[in-house]
Amino acid sequence: MEIVVAKRLSKYFNSLKAVDNVNFEIVKGECFGFLGPNGAGKTTVMRMIYCFTPPSSGTVNVFGMDVRKEPSRIKSRLGVMPQEDNLDPDLSVFENLVVYARYFDIGKKNSAPFARELLDFVGIKEKADVYIKELSGGMKRRLILARSLINNPELLILDEPTTGLDPHSRRTVWEKLNSLRKKNTTLILTTHYMEEAERLCDRVAIMDSGQIVAIDSPSRLMEIHGGNLEDVYLKLTGRSLKVNF
Amino acid sequence: MKIRRAFRVWQRNFTVYTKLYKSSIALNFVEPVLYLAALGLGLGAFVREINGVPYIKFIAPGIIASSSMFAAIYECTYGTYVRMTYQKTFDAILATPVNLDDLIAGELMWGATKSLMYGTIIIAVISFFGLVDSPMVILAIPVLFVTGLIFSQISVIFTAVIPGIDSFNYFYTLFMTPMFLFSGIFFPLDNLPRIISNIAFFTPLYHLVNICRSLSSGQFTVIIWDIFWILAVAAILSPYPFKLMRRRIVK
Repeated sequence: MEIVVAKRLSKYFNSLKAVDNVNFEIVKGECFGFLGPNGAGKTTVMRMIYCFTPPSSGTVNVFGMDVRKEPSRIKSRLGVMPQEDNLDPDLSVFENLVVYARYFDIGKKNSAPFARELLDFVGIKEKADVYIKELSGGMKRRLILARSLINNPELLILDEPTTGLDPHSRRTVWEKLNSLRKKNTTLILTTHYMEEAERLCDRVAIMDSGQIVAIDSPSRLMEIHGGNLEDVYLKLTGRSLKVNF
Repeated sequence: MKIRRAFRVWQRNFTVYTKLYKSSIALNFVEPVLYLAALGLGLGAFVREINGVPYIKFIAPGIIASSSMFAAIYECTYGTYVRMTYQKTFDAILATPVNLDDLIAGELMWGATKSLMYGTIIIAVISFFGLVDSPMVILAIPVLFVTGLIFSQISVIFTAVIPGIDSFNYFYTLFMTPMFLFSGIFFPLDNLPRIISNIAFFTPLYHLVNICRSLSSGQFTVIIWDIFWILAVAAILSPYPFKLMRRRIVK
């Protein structure tokens, strides 16, 4: 079953084509990665899926609903882990989750025990009552992950979930994402780490200058084009990922 | 726009407020009392009476109005701007079922609520000091919500169009402060050049001061026109905070 269907999807910012006529389908339970350097259009695609940025042309349907027409109903069923830290600095770690749950009409009676469970899940239970500024970068990312799960989403959208994390925190996030996959949560992530894509993704879309240049499983791509995933990228786009870091 | 979802945004601001209220209540409460003491007692020693009313009693109802204005304006300029840009609270909220219109409605409702709260505190304080003649002053409370909404609308409109946080100085210096000084809080506008009262007529604070002063002295009929003015202006302004915020945030 398709969870996300994008057809001839484009996004222009004035004359810049951030996303240029892309097509893809993401099915239930898979982990789908958008791979590419900064500025390739990955984040813009994600933002169109979670109804933040309206498409310039083409369509995106999520859970069979048009992002332009049913944003609230779509958003009530998905979780978003954005690239930047937008935790609420005026609230404690625990309150961040409970207040966020309210936006989904989940009352404190249900959200409070679940929030504790989620803090335990991401391994920051002991930080429940501290303020955001007292958290390390890795803890903030894990809290954002916990927050994105507060409504028990069917679809989780992760924009560069591990960028800037130390190896330990990165591994923790990967473990958590893998355990979500086992629970049949559909995952969409962007990354420019090859290892992350190979470890987590069932399929990847390689993006370059707003276009999708290939969609397949990492293993198939490597089989067809030879070498590792980075070699595949180099071959497909004519440049290395590394120069863009 | 859904009221329930707008309420969630209001609720978020309320939750944060209840954590910080001790410091912010004190600050917002000290300033009007300082005005009352300095001008009412200090200047009042020389001015004595205006239109037969002791000076401190003349300015007291005006302080209800100004205090409630400051509450809404600071909330929906500085507060809204910080939530929108630095804290990215808006981005976080917009990834939930709450949409932009709900979010803006919640911000406006919260600004209006703060106006109501701060004005009501001043009503209590000046009543306590015997500076109010009529219990009719209670009727000013719902009015404070509507004028609070207007101040919030104007503030959100400005917040939506400014390039950076420093631009608020223009808003405070060129709009808020002149309005505060020339809305009839400290002196009647009758004796000033006609142009000043003509301009004042177009500001919400002038009408709120009229309403607070009339109700404090037990007159009701004279404010019908002011009430009509604020309801009309709140309605006229209503689409613009949404339109302009949409233009700023939706990219």
